[in-house]
Amino acid sequence: MSQLQEAHGQVITSAEHLHRDAKGAKIGMWLFLFTELLLFTGMFLLYAAYRYIYSAEFHRAGLETNTLIGAFNTIILLTSSLTVAISIAAIERGEKRLSIAFLVTTVLLGFLFLVNKYFEWSSEISRGIYPASPKLMEQSNGENLFFGLYYAMTGLHGLHVVAGIIVLSSLVVLLVRNRITQSDPVKLENAGLYWHLVDIIWIFLFPLFYLIK
Amino acid sequence: MGDKSVALMYAGDNYLRDTGGRRGVASWIFSTDHKRIGVLYLVSMLTFFAVGVSLGFLMKLEMLEPGGKLFAPQSYNALFTLHGVIMIFLFIIPGIPASFGNFFLPIQIGARDVAFPRLNLFSWWLYIIGGSLAVASLFFQGGPVDTGWTFYVPYSIRTGTDVTFAVLAAFILGFSSILTGINFLTTIHRMRAPGMGWFKMPLFVWSLYATAWIQVLATPIVGITLLLILVERLFSVGIFDPGRGGDPLLYQHLFWIYSHPAVYIMILPAMGVVSEIITTFARRTIFGYRAIALSSLAIAFIGYLVWGHHMFSTGMSDTAKWIFSLLTFLVAVPSGVKVFNWVATMYKGSIDLAPPFLFVMAFIFLFSIGGLTGLILGSLATDVHLTDTYFVVAHFHYQMFGGVAFIFFGALHYWLPKMFGRMYNLKVAKWSLLFLFIGFNMLYFPMFIMGYEGMPRRYFTYLPQFATLQRISTFGSWVLVTGLIVMFANLVRGVIRGAKAPANPWGGTTLEWTIPSPPPKENFEEIPRVKHEPYRHEEVVVQ
Amino acid sequence: MRRAMQTTPKSAGSSVRYGTYILVWLALIALTSLTVGVAGMNIGALTVVVALLIAAIKSSLVVNIFMHIKFEDMIFKVFLGIAGLILFIIYALTFADVFIRK
Repeated sequence: MSQLQEAHGQVITSAEHLHRDAKGAKIGMWLFLFTELLLFTGMFLLYAAYRYIYSAEFHRAGLETNTLIGAFNTIILLTSSLTVAISIAAIERGEKRLSIAFLVTTVLLGFLFLVNKYFEWSSEISRGIYPASPKLMEQSNGENLFFGLYYAMTGLHGLHVVAGIIVLSSLVVLLVRNRITQSDPVKLENAGLYWHLVDIIWIFLFPLFYLIK
Repeated sequence: MGDKSVALMYAGDNYLRDTGGRRGVASWIFSTDHKRIGVLYLVSMLTFFAVGVSLGFLMKLEMLEPGGKLFAPQSYNALFTLHGVIMIFLFIIPGIPASFGNFFLPIQIGARDVAFPRLNLFSWWLYIIGGSLAVASLFFQGGPVDTGWTFYVPYSIRTGTDVTFAVLAAFILGFSSILTGINFLTTIHRMRAPGMGWFKMPLFVWSLYATAWIQVLATPIVGITLLLILVERLFSVGIFDPGRGGDPLLYQHLFWIYSHPAVYIMILPAMGVVSEIITTFARRTIFGYRAIALSSLAIAFIGYLVWGHHMFSTGMSDTAKWIFSLLTFLVAVPSGVKVFNWVATMYKGSIDLAPPFLFVMAFIFLFSIGGLTGLILGSLATDVHLTDTYFVVAHFHYQMFGGVAFIFFGALHYWLPKMFGRMYNLKVAKWSLLFLFIGFNMLYFPMFIMGYEGMPRRYFTYLPQFATLQRISTFGSWVLVTGLIVMFANLVRGVIRGAKAPANPWGGTTLEWTIPSPPPKENFEEIPRVKHEPYRHEEVVVQ
Repeated sequence: MRRAMQTTPKSAGSSVRYGTYILVWLALIALTSLTVGVAGMNIGALTVVVALLIAAIKSSLVVNIFMHIKFEDMIFKVFLGIAGLILFIIYALTFADVFIRK
């Protein structure tokens, strides 16, 4: 029964009768990613404003952050983007084992990122640099604001990494149980999009907090 | 417009009776049926509205006499804060999209549900959780919030009242709004019936589309802003603390970057409803369909460009001030386009003065007043004199109450017969509108004058020279509340015991009028094929 | 026979070869090294500009290839454009105040 052909004007594909609408799910996911982007925008805006006002003090404070760990974490996240992209490409080709292997690698890289962050923050906290610490109270306003934004922004980013790890781990289970397959890879594709966004946010955080020399 | 068979076999088989295998309350609060979710939102938001009205009533009672006889100043601060938080975050912003949008969007585009039904239910749960937290914050340590719904720093960070929970509640409510926006955008893009191109959609759908973009792209900014207040209260970082180099103005920027577009979340769906009602009761096709559709998008877009007009007296750069003022004047243009087109639609129409139409007439009058006074506020020189006075309070109440809420009431009168299959008393409805209209103007118009004469807003008392106008205003609130009680009593009685309503009591031309009242669970027996634009009145039979 | 419904987006991702992903990754690593190197150089106010530019290029690679925007239907590109426009407006108008205030 080809009702579509009888319709006037343009034939519109309607997904309403489908139980799965992959394109719709992808649209929904991208819209969600926009909301995440805007969430961080608020803080990037504050950073831009305060860096403009307190440029010298931001410079001084920026020397305190550990460029090496920052760069290392950047490489880790970039690589994790690669591995998740390959994991998705693999399941789209029906290569289940490869997909699982690369997804697990992604999760491990995510963990590695968090471990690094733990050591990094421990070091800074032990040097007396944490929100409202006595040491920061003594320093200039600009330096205090730099570290306030540092903890707030990398902290919120870290929370997003944690969430990503949880989601990706659960998808490993789904992959193993054949609930994500070549014909229905949508969940993994959309989770991958989220992970790439987390990577992109870090791509911008890195130079702003770690490349002040 | 597809097959018009009103299937009598559906009499009795409707979404109200179809419990989806669960019993009682569970069949409602765990339902993913967009119609049930729409009703859930409607009932919950009207409950919060009643609370908000009561708070406003108490505020006006305080204003009967100068000197704070009824409430201590601290209590008054809490009253206006909660009045604002509840009315804005729990009534007006979810407002028309969450209730009528959820119920009618899928039907108007010929779909069986939204794109993500479970996400839809989750949205409502977030709404309830956020609302409960907001109410609970009244009773937690520190007492009810007293910062004003705008939570301005540094006071919101220093005050001992329970800002933390209130802000957390608002954050959760923001997510509810975001998820609704994502759902509606995807639904409109993916689930329109065969043949329904973009320019064959009803204008209500267009308005929901524009609104959804604002929900998605603006709300997260207030999300992060509220989160930062929490961070500040918990960790004292100093981001907004002037004593530590922070800039309170940056808070205001972040706050209004959302909160101005938010007012377009409020008004755009209402304007969509106006288009629907006018064409139905003028029995003419809409004048300038494309212009109205595109003006919704224009308003949504320009709405992002004007937030600084809330900050003219705060110390922004002069450049920013005149840019924002100029852009503010610009946003009036697409709104004007709509009003002209609505009026043109009525020209040579066969007008039926039914209650929904009368509410729309009241809206056009009240919203125009609000809009014109907005121009006065948008102009830098006059704003310096009027900002933070009762003039502003009157302005936004004419827009949000006289504008959005009056259309919310109009939508109730238009669509309740479809939603519940029963008709209310038309005469009583018209009388209630009269009370509402008179009471509203008595309550708010004096505020324009008082503001012009220098009465500041958010004050628990006032100088004796304002006494007469304040009293007129308070009496107006009593007339208004009477109107509200009569109106809701009439509607509730109609829903419970009214005469059975046919599928199309008003002669509407959009798809919801082609299915039974109340609608069946699956909306359509067969997904319709759309052949032409909406609002073609030649073929409609009024029952 | 019902015409095939468009359920999966045009590309389904399988048009991108594994090798392409690896090449993009190498480019990202190279750009990271570049940006670290530039940070060490003394070019004053330009440092931030260059750093952000490189970050933008890296993001563009991630968005286009890893996230497939380059291969997706037009609607995704339009959506991204809308989001980008709003972001730009937010920054621009805020800077009109903050950067110009005396």
